[in-house]
Amino acid sequence: MKRLNLNVVSQVMIADNIFELTVEGEGVESMKVPGQFVHVRTGEGFSSLLRRPISICDADTANNRLKMVYRAQGKGTAWLSTRSRGDKIDLLGPLGNGFNQDVVEAGGKALLVGGGIGVPPLYYLGRKLAQKGVAVSFALGFQSSKDAFYIEKFKEIGRVAVATADGTIGKKGFVTDVMDKFTAEQPVVFACGPSPMLRALNHKTEGLNAYYSFEERMGCGVGACFACVCEAATPSGYVKICSDGPVFKKEEVSI
Amino acid sequence: MNRLNVSLPGLEMKNPIMPASGCFGFGKDYAKWYDLSLLGAVAIKAATVSPRFGNPTPRVAETESGMLNAIGLQNPGVEKIISEELPHLKPYGIPVVANIAGTAEEDYMEAAEILSKHELVSVLELNISCPNVKEGGIQFGTAPEAAARLTKMVKKVSSKPVYVKLSPNVSDIREMAQAVEEAGADGLSMINTLIGMRIDLKSRQPVLANKTGGLSGPAIKPVAVRMIYEASQAVSIPIIGMGGVMTAEDVIEMMLAGASAVAVGTANFANPYACPEIIADLERVLDSMDVSHISEIIGGSWKPCKTPSLSR
Ligand SMILES: Cc1cc2nc3c(=O)[nH]c(=O)nc-3n(C[C@H](O)[C@H](O)[C@H](O)COP(=O)(O)OP(=O)(O)OC[C@H]3O[C@@H](n4cnc5c(N)ncnc54)[C@H](O)[C@@H]3O)c2cc1C
Ligand SMILES: Cc1cc2nc3c(=O)[nH]c(=O)nc-3n(C[C@H](O)[C@H](O)[C@H](O)COP(=O)(O)O)c2cc1C
Ligand code: FES
Repeated sequence: MKRLNLNVVSQVMIADNIFELTVEGEGVESMKVPGQFVHVRTGEGFSSLLRRPISICDADTANNRLKMVYRAQGKGTAWLSTRSRGDKIDLLGPLGNGFNQDVVEAGGKALLVGGGIGVPPLYYLGRKLAQKGVAVSFALGFQSSKDAFYIEKFKEIGRVAVATADGTIGKKGFVTDVMDKFTAEQPVVFACGPSPMLRALNHKTEGLNAYYSFEERMGCGVGACFACVCEAATPSGYVKICSDGPVFKKEEVSI
Repeated sequence: MNRLNVSLPGLEMKNPIMPASGCFGFGKDYAKWYDLSLLGAVAIKAATVSPRFGNPTPRVAETESGMLNAIGLQNPGVEKIISEELPHLKPYGIPVVANIAGTAEEDYMEAAEILSKHELVSVLELNISCPNVKEGGIQFGTAPEAAARLTKMVKKVSSKPVYVKLSPNVSDIREMAQAVEEAGADGLSMINTLIGMRIDLKSRQPVLANKTGGLSGPAIKPVAVRMIYEASQAVSIPIIGMGGVMTAEDVIEMMLAGASAVAVGTANFANPYACPEIIADLERVLDSMDVSHISEIIGGSWKPCKTPSLSR
């Protein structure tokens, strides 16, 4: 992990207020593990001090290119969305412990479940697992068709089921309503999304080997400030999402 | 010649910079980013006698030029800090400031006695100013008599110099500073965070689960500078200054106000290399000010005859 100063290659709005930001430069070669994140400086000067955690959505480590997909919602991500080709992005990374791909063998099955802005890291993970010879399926949840992204790209990797809250694409409902056909195959489950989604998912993954990526507000992003602490079944009774996670085995952390 | 070394009770520092308590964990996280032996000293996260889990999350919120935190003194307890955390700091050979907190006087005394005996601990820093825990020491930090009483009791059991960390959430900082000096404090450190709040428009609720939190960062720097300026003229013990330091210029400003050393907190989150970068930049600022040694500027804003003539 290092502080990197990367060049913006492109910034594209791929759905309603959802941006795909591609950056390039030295340091990306170390971003090998899906589920790890980068801690992005948003803003200049000292008015905005806290960095924003954004997942690695895809990394081309041979060409030093990193893709992030994020929703411009608050002050920091709105600023990030105004960056364009020629600008620099200051980020720390790669941070945290991502998805362990060794838990599913070549020829095995994996179900990747994502909701909203929890979807991006599943792209890199899906791509890597498929490369290794794992049969990958995706259950993806969005609010509405205008919020959905990357569906065609996911279809290039594996089977895809989509749910939207308003039924504008896929099935009306939540990810948990579209995944039974996949869970029946006893896959290893990898998930990323808001806590309500992970809680609902927990009922569906009973008896399955499952790994979840968690979200928490962060200060340092490197394990020093104890901002991102979450109760857990570890000897200390807690984990830090930033440095022990963000990915944990589902039994480890209380959701 | 080293132009940056400063000397305070129990702290021989090769430069005046240390990371502030709570903003650097116990050092090992940032040791992955750079060589900690570059630092003048290191202040470790508040230690309590028994382990503490801390407050519910969200524990941090961003504010204009600052942040709020309500961590709630989470720490593994004195015993584990000694067995699992302090040993990591040994290789760097830098002075260690052990920040201690508690609920009752006995807690402070027990933590102080144990930690001050440790070979790696150079000085204690009594945190009587954490705004995020009811009964987390702040009750000692806002009443001069209580602060003085606690300082006396800790001094009795501590085998190392004792610094008292003052809260800015008081009406007269001079009174507090004088009370703990008279009680035997070897130094002061100031300031801790100011109590603040942010409310989320969507939920119409405070952003922090604890509702209130401590404000830190550049937003509080003028408050820190003013308080150090006032306190340093009211006492003769040295001050470790902090509050919003981001640059080498900020360090010099704190020292001109009256600080003898400077702690850097929130800046570490914006930039993990904040401390070494500030240290590396200090000589440039000294050159620009025509100052040969950094200790010359301590209290320079109020000490007579050290102000450079205006003709230069
Ligand atoms: C490990 C991890 C990976 C993430 N990956 C992505 C991603 O790939 N794409 C994406 O769109 N979002 C992702 N998020 C969520 C993203 O960090 C927040 O949406 C973002 O920080 C909000 O910042 P803002 O400037 O829009 O909001 P503001 O309201 O201005 O943010 C204020 C503060 O709150 C924090 N904050 C607000 N919402 C969240 C949240 N949901 N999670 C954590 N901190 C929050 C901000 O970091 C900032 O410190 C991830 C979060 C984590 C923890
Ligand atoms: C996340 C966080 C945790 C802190 N924890 C402690 C602590 O445990 N003990 C303490 O004395 N001060 C603590 N502080 C206060 C800092 O040491 C410092 O006094 C204050 O933040 C002002 O400096 P800054 O503006 O450079 O951050 C904490 C501050 C922050 C931001
Ligand atoms: S964000 Fe600081 S410990 Fe996780």
